[in-house]
Amino acid sequence: MLETDSLTQDDVRQIVREEIKRAFKKDPARKNLSMVASKGTLDWAYPPLILATAGAAANMDAAIFFTFYGLNIIHKDFEKKLLVAPTGNPAMPMPVPMPDVITGMPGMKAFATGMMKSMFSKKGVATIKELLDVAMEMEVRLIACQMTMDVFGYEESDFLDGVEFGGAAAFLSDARKSHVTLFI
Amino acid sequence: MTEFQENQLLDARGLLCPMPIVKAGKVMRGMDDGEILKIIATDRGSIVDFPAWCEDTGNELLEWHEEDDGLVFFIKKVEEEDW
Repeated sequence: MLETDSLTQDDVRQIVREEIKRAFKKDPARKNLSMVASKGTLDWAYPPLILATAGAAANMDAAIFFTFYGLNIIHKDFEKKLLVAPTGNPAMPMPVPMPDVITGMPGMKAFATGMMKSMFSKKGVATIKELLDVAMEMEVRLIACQMTMDVFGYEESDFLDGVEFGGAAAFLSDARKSHVTLFI
Repeated sequence: MTEFQENQLLDARGLLCPMPIVKAGKVMRGMDDGEILKIIATDRGSIVDFPAWCEDTGNELLEWHEEDDGLVFFIKKVEEEDW
């Protein structure tokens, strides 16, 4: 029991401050990370997987909701589907400057994709496969958007083992319990 | 510069973000309260990432310094208290 008679106002303030600090640390939403991955190119496959695996490594419960082109990332054929297109992307580093009429020619997507993969591997960046394996191992929840699957004509069996299926309400239910929510 | 006696060693040299953190997280899960993990990394982002990661997980960053072959971190596992 607290001996309240001997407590000064400052003591009480100090106790309250410490308790609030502990309560913030124990806020369950602090441990939850909910993301939407909406893009289906090789470069944009990285950010959600990097953040989810880093979150899982910091003991967070991470979930990624894959919608629209983001479904490519968890498709069984992700290696073939995740490409990068230099056309209309002035930020993409190219060995020599090329106008869009050149980068739009057949074979340029494969060339740019190969270039990005070899650059990443040379620098020591994990591959998408490695990140997906780590995500699954660390129990990151990978959720495919049912509506987009129906629109694009995908079956559940088109996706990697362990992928879950859900809709907007399922994502929002997770997101309202998460301090970290991102749309990528 | 203090050298601590580590219980586990993680060589994360050559790996870029997020892999040093991911690997450290995996090793830490298998360690006991109070044990020390030594990490060697070459990713410059680790200098900021490991302190942030320690703050979030409750683990204690005992010390870090730079050696010829990489950045060296000593992190003590701290089990999260029940409340």
